[in-house]
Amino acid sequence: MSEEKYIKTATGKWEAVIGLEVHAQVISESKLFSSSSTKFGAAPNENVSFVDAALPGVLPVINSFCVDQAIKTGLGLNGAVNLVSRFDRKNYFYADLPQGYQISQYKYPIISGGYIDIEKSDGNIRRVNLERIHIEQDAGKSIHDQSPTKSFIDLNRAGITLMEIVTKPDMRSAEEVTIFLQKLRAILRYLKTCDGNMEEGSMRADVNVSIHRPDEEYGTRAEIKNVNSFKFIAAAIDFEIERQIGILESGGTVDQETRLFDTASGQTKVMRSKEDAQDYRYFPEPDLPPLTLTEERIEKIRKTIPELPDAKTARLQREFDLPHYDAALISAESETADYYEKALDSVNSPTKDFAKMLANWMLGELFSFLNKSGKNISESNISAENLAELVNLIKTDVISGKIAKEVLELMWDNGKSPAQVVEEKGLKQITSVEAIEEVAKQVLAENADKVTEYKSGKDKLFGFFVGQTMKKTEGKANPKILNEILRKLLEA
Amino acid sequence: MYTLSLYEVKSGLLSKKFSSVEITKCFLERIEKYKNLNAFITVCPEQALESAKQSDQKIANGMAGEMEGIPLAIKDLYMTKGIRTTSGSKMLENFIAPYESTVTQKLLNAGSVFLGKTNMDEFAMGSANITSYFGKVVNPWSKDKPLVPGGSSGGSAAAVAGHLCVAATGSDTGGSIRQPAAFSGIVGIKPTYGRCSRYGMIALASSFDQAGPMTKTVRDAAIFLKVIAGYDEKDSTSVNEPVPDYESFVGKSINGMRIGIPKEFHMDGISDEVERSWQKGIDILKDAGAEIVDISLPYSKYSMAVYYIIQPAEASANLARFDGVRYGFRAEGAKSLDEMYEMTREQGFGDEVKRRILIGTYVLSAGYYDAYYSQALKVQKLIRQDLASAFEKVDAILTPTTPHSAFAFGEEPTDPVTMYLNDVLTVTANIAGLPGMSIPICLDKLGRPLGLQLLGPRFQEGRLFQIGEVIEKNANFPSLKEIN
Repeated sequence: MSEEKYIKTATGKWEAVIGLEVHAQVISESKLFSSSSTKFGAAPNENVSFVDAALPGVLPVINSFCVDQAIKTGLGLNGAVNLVSRFDRKNYFYADLPQGYQISQYKYPIISGGYIDIEKSDGNIRRVNLERIHIEQDAGKSIHDQSPTKSFIDLNRAGITLMEIVTKPDMRSAEEVTIFLQKLRAILRYLKTCDGNMEEGSMRADVNVSIHRPDEEYGTRAEIKNVNSFKFIAAAIDFEIERQIGILESGGTVDQETRLFDTASGQTKVMRSKEDAQDYRYFPEPDLPPLTLTEERIEKIRKTIPELPDAKTARLQREFDLPHYDAALISAESETADYYEKALDSVNSPTKDFAKMLANWMLGELFSFLNKSGKNISESNISAENLAELVNLIKTDVISGKIAKEVLELMWDNGKSPAQVVEEKGLKQITSVEAIEEVAKQVLAENADKVTEYKSGKDKLFGFFVGQTMKKTEGKANPKILNEILRKLLEA
Repeated sequence: MYTLSLYEVKSGLLSKKFSSVEITKCFLERIEKYKNLNAFITVCPEQALESAKQSDQKIANGMAGEMEGIPLAIKDLYMTKGIRTTSGSKMLENFIAPYESTVTQKLLNAGSVFLGKTNMDEFAMGSANITSYFGKVVNPWSKDKPLVPGGSSGGSAAAVAGHLCVAATGSDTGGSIRQPAAFSGIVGIKPTYGRCSRYGMIALASSFDQAGPMTKTVRDAAIFLKVIAGYDEKDSTSVNEPVPDYESFVGKSINGMRIGIPKEFHMDGISDEVERSWQKGIDILKDAGAEIVDISLPYSKYSMAVYYIIQPAEASANLARFDGVRYGFRAEGAKSLDEMYEMTREQGFGDEVKRRILIGTYVLSAGYYDAYYSQALKVQKLIRQDLASAFEKVDAILTPTTPHSAFAFGEEPTDPVTMYLNDVLTVTANIAGLPGMSIPICLDKLGRPLGLQLLGPRFQEGRLFQIGEVIEKNANFPSLKEIN
């Protein structure tokens, strides 16, 4: 197994070493140091206060809800919450950075350590350790494509709270990075501390990539800045690994530099060399006292943390004997888990069988409808309660599984409850022995030749009789009763 | 009327001996008459008279605030809504403040009348008020040759000393209230760090800046400070500590109080006359029943070094927002963003500001941070400990405010470091975050004012007023009656 993580080339084995700095926008009504709104899509410079625009004399005041969100995130990611952390100024000039510095946390972050266990496609678990999480303010946006001679600045984003989640260099491939990011995103969404919306820029990552021979020290890393989709991150890593192998195998050396991923060409390009690296001149933010937290505050937040994917997966396996794959798939996203649990909750003491069947119907039939329509499960035409009711109709022999698929399709189309659909379309299963026996006798009488064949040993014809009887009942005959009756009649 | 103290004006207004409109007009006329002092950058006559009229109404209705109808001058680094606020810089030459600072809001709430905005060293960087983009301020005590008023609150000091207002706001980062107060023969107090809100004050060094009153008497300063002090949720470094009735300390006996005299403050560069003035203060306090205690503040000799690292470091970041992008001055003709920054800051800032930005940027740079900034923070702690242990032995500390009296224009030190030494006796209070007050003590042989400085433990401003008033009462300082 361990061999697989290496990249084999003509010259031998290489190992990629990857670490991430993920910028996650904190879910909060207002900004980190001002009361301006954080609403996405507002008119340019609509959500800008005097503090955000860095007018002379203004002072930052910490938004304690954002601090709580960071604490929650730290706890959810198994990190240690520091009772004292501090803000620092990171100094650089840019037109969309009003203060001329970003207020961040440099030496003393709010969260230290933490980890996420990721499950790879081969089923192996790998632990990705976190270095730290700190909170900082976002910059505004420069717009260069509106005029040939002018740039425009939109400060709506300036001052919005970001969490910078820094991993240790614990990932070895684009696959691991993608799985890590998916899981991180899922956990943040479970925690409701970041919506994980990459299109709106709520999650962005800087990726550090280096390669080395497995028995040698880590190589020099290149940092790829601000990549904003899982797909591009994976592509950037793959390109970067290949680029660095190319350099080293041809006798060159990798430069420590900052690179940008060009989505059009699928390549990374130099943005800044080490010589041009900025000196941010960090120093303690004198406008803010150290951020001190109490154990009580942390414990209060700890109590609000929901069951997270790993725990949920384990519990679903334990309580309902769900296969690991199903349990993990249900738990992977909070919406899916919510849906499933809402469905379970809508029936009285669900049995293991019910839970398994519900999982199958959800992950199979319902997901295929969602995929086809491009909808999210929270936008599903079929409510969790209705799906549970459908499964219940199957379990209680009101309809057969086959009919249920038909019912589900009708439910998707018209949003009605399964009982309604079954009633309206007359799809209710026939469970009357007399009624089924009457049809079965009719089938046998019409196929006397086949009955003879069957009796002379052609067992396979049993299925034929079942099929014919079903057809005559328009699929509504209870299969179990039908089987029993046919067997009785044929053996008589 | 114009020589009256704040306390006297207050009772004159309340007993309707004169109206706020009358006294406001009187000061506006004097400001116009003595505009050669250049104490004001902006005068607001209409606004002042309108607000004086309202005050008279309130007084008539028995609704007077604590400083109702009292004409004040405001240092030009306080944001005053709708009024030009420049911080003495070309960078903000035409900047109209869109909001009100907490300190000035409190003064407005108390009913005071704003005559205008006073001149100051550019971004409060200076000790002689010669770095202002709007020109030098002349000390009203000047006789044969024009003297500096001290800085950076030089305009406020000149306005109070020259009776162009009843009192003024100053701000003090390293001595900017106390040093000009001493040079101009008035009272000035820098309160404990966190006592007044910094919201709406254009920052020099955020961890040292404090607002404070500049007044004609100790009692005036006590009345004034009570109005502007207090916790402000808009300033996270302001402290939620009750504001006592400072005026009640004025006139109390100091019998039995222990007054520390730090031996390290007998330093080179302190003139004999200043030493003598110090002794005069010691004698006054002794006569009033205080016990004089020799103390040592061994780390105070590093105060200047610490100050001139931390202050420019913070200033370099605080001034980064003046980039020409959103407000204030922007140079014409730049071809790129970097060029716009360079040209704007080259043309918009004066030499002293540039010097401090350079120093600040240097001490924070990779490779120098540990040698300078980080060391300075460590020594700052030691200086704080020094003072904390001193205040276990004494109730207050008495020192001179400045090493010498006001100098004439042209006689100022030519190298910046000697100029910085003007603050040598005052910076300790800022570094330690302690309250410090300057009280006029006497004139030197040249007829120029000298001041003594009282330092107290955190939030013991009341005690400084108590001791300060004893000095004031017994010093018989010959306050300036009229400008020559």
